[in-house]
Amino acid sequence: MDLANFFIQLLNSVQYGLLLFMLAAGLTLIFGIMGVVNLAHGSFYMLGAYLAWSLGAQFGSLTLAILVGVVLSVLFGLALEWLLFRHFYHRDHLDQVLLTFGLIYIFEEFRSIFWGDDVHGVPIPDVLGASIPLTDNLSYPVYRLFMSGVCVALAIGLYLLISKTRLGMKIRAGAFNHDMAESLGINIKLIHAVVFALGVGLAAVAGMIAAPIASVYPNMGSQVLIMCFVVVVIGGIGSVRGALVAALLVGLVDTFGKVLLPQVSGMLVYILMAGVLLFKPEGLFKQ
Amino acid sequence: MSAQQSNLEILPVGVKIALALALLALLAFPFAGTDFYIQMVTRMMIMAIFAMSLDLLQGVTGLVSLGHAAFFGLAGYALTFLTPQGEAVSLWWTLPLAVLGAGLAALVIGFFVVRTHGIYFIMVTMAFAQMVFFLFFDNKALGGSDGLYINFRPTIAVAGQALVDLDDKRSMYYLTLVAMLAVYLFLRRLLWSPFGRALAGIRVNEHRMRAMGFGTFGYKLAAFTLAGGLAGLAGYLWGAQSGYINPELMGFHMSAHAIMMVVLGGMGNFAGAIVGAFTFEYLLHVFKDLPQVGGVNLGKHWQLWMGLFIVLLVTFAPRGLLGLAGRLGRRSHAAGGRSDPKDHQA
Repeated sequence: MDLANFFIQLLNSVQYGLLLFMLAAGLTLIFGIMGVVNLAHGSFYMLGAYLAWSLGAQFGSLTLAILVGVVLSVLFGLALEWLLFRHFYHRDHLDQVLLTFGLIYIFEEFRSIFWGDDVHGVPIPDVLGASIPLTDNLSYPVYRLFMSGVCVALAIGLYLLISKTRLGMKIRAGAFNHDMAESLGINIKLIHAVVFALGVGLAAVAGMIAAPIASVYPNMGSQVLIMCFVVVVIGGIGSVRGALVAALLVGLVDTFGKVLLPQVSGMLVYILMAGVLLFKPEGLFKQ
Repeated sequence: MSAQQSNLEILPVGVKIALALALLALLAFPFAGTDFYIQMVTRMMIMAIFAMSLDLLQGVTGLVSLGHAAFFGLAGYALTFLTPQGEAVSLWWTLPLAVLGAGLAALVIGFFVVRTHGIYFIMVTMAFAQMVFFLFFDNKALGGSDGLYINFRPTIAVAGQALVDLDDKRSMYYLTLVAMLAVYLFLRRLLWSPFGRALAGIRVNEHRMRAMGFGTFGYKLAAFTLAGGLAGLAGYLWGAQSGYINPELMGFHMSAHAIMMVVLGGMGNFAGAIVGAFTFEYLLHVFKDLPQVGGVNLGKHWQLWMGLFIVLLVTFAPRGLLGLAGRLGRRSHAAGGRSDPKDHQA
């Protein structure tokens, strides 16, 4: 592998890792604060991708589609939290698994009814359609850089939100001690709703910006969900920082595994997880 | 966790009578049903074995595995690879080998997953099962995404004399019934053995069990291995019956279906797992068979009905059918006994 090729794979793995982080951050926050295991998190990624496809075709602009899509998916998250999830925060994990598994089925069928079962491509916006030439025959698409940029910006935004704002302080208080936070007058129900909608929004944005390079297809949420589980397990449940480190690690292992060891690439990430479990059963950054 | 602590381990007399009647009905069924329904009930019984094996983890030990289907599928694949292209193999050695293989896989995976707790256990079992899934899905040599056919059903012969012909649907039915009964009796016996009591103790309070000197890691690993082996038995029978195996059988949907079966019937007593498996498979059949209404094929969207059913069930009857029957019974008799489980179609 020469230097240019190595550089491209490195960029790809960072981009994939950052995308996984967007999903895993929501998953780990929702678990860390509300104690809910959410199998349907991959469906929000799918929802985002399909919104980008259908709204993008409607408006003729991906940017506009993403803006409207974020609003729609956050509203969807709030409604879902109000209708179902808030009644499951104190239930067994078993009930949560079944509820969210049932939701996967329901979401998949609604997707099939409203949007059909075909695979769709989403065009890359013209502004970002160019490629940066690296050598004579290798180049790197600008859109992938744009994706990484969006993810980094959102990650920084998330960090600032949680550690520097009043809302973030309340979120941390709620995660640390739910009852105490409530008795100090924090509206913990509102905090829960906000965190859930935030998680849905992040997953949907990940789906929307990934749509042009990953295309849009049925069951696209399941595979990404399992990768997110691996990320969250490696990083430590409830830890956003752990999710970031683990996501980048998984991105590196997966991308370079496909190039260097194609025969076992599908299993490498899981072997990484097994190794982490052996030495740190509760993840690298246990909360 | 309180829901997990009070399992219905001792079956009320009413439930026992209902189970005995259901067994009689199962024994007589092949003389009344058509081939289609004989095959369907055979499949229900296979799923009942699978659900019982999961109940050992989920209901008895309190470990919710979202990757149990991996062991089911592995044993099915084992039968495929043990069956040569042009002839049938004997069940006498392939069945133990397939079950041992599934058990061994469960031992290895269990070594990693059993050290985790609660939510980690759920995620990690799912991830490892997915690893097995991709091993088969990505490798053309292992059948790839299309799966593999098993051209000949295994033979059961004593001294060269064919004992049971599994190509006969009734024989397959009775073999599966015997296997299901054997697994049920074995697990009921196990439940009340010192080993079973220790597993139940781990469910209720693992810290206390450790403080009392039980090596809970070993107990949980043993349970995980045993459950994997029994899931393998179900997977082997599935392969023998359907003659076809594909990676979907190891996917997390399959594992989630098994969790649903155990919850649906009522956890921790194995009878509930059987009732749940029958009910779930029957519902699946009903939902997939829904008619065309006004240009919309309702059966095509069976996942919607199943999803709604699951969501409604966990929202309103989290303790399953036995629990619901018990609750309704208590409500109508004030302090009175539990009513019979209403559902046992066979």
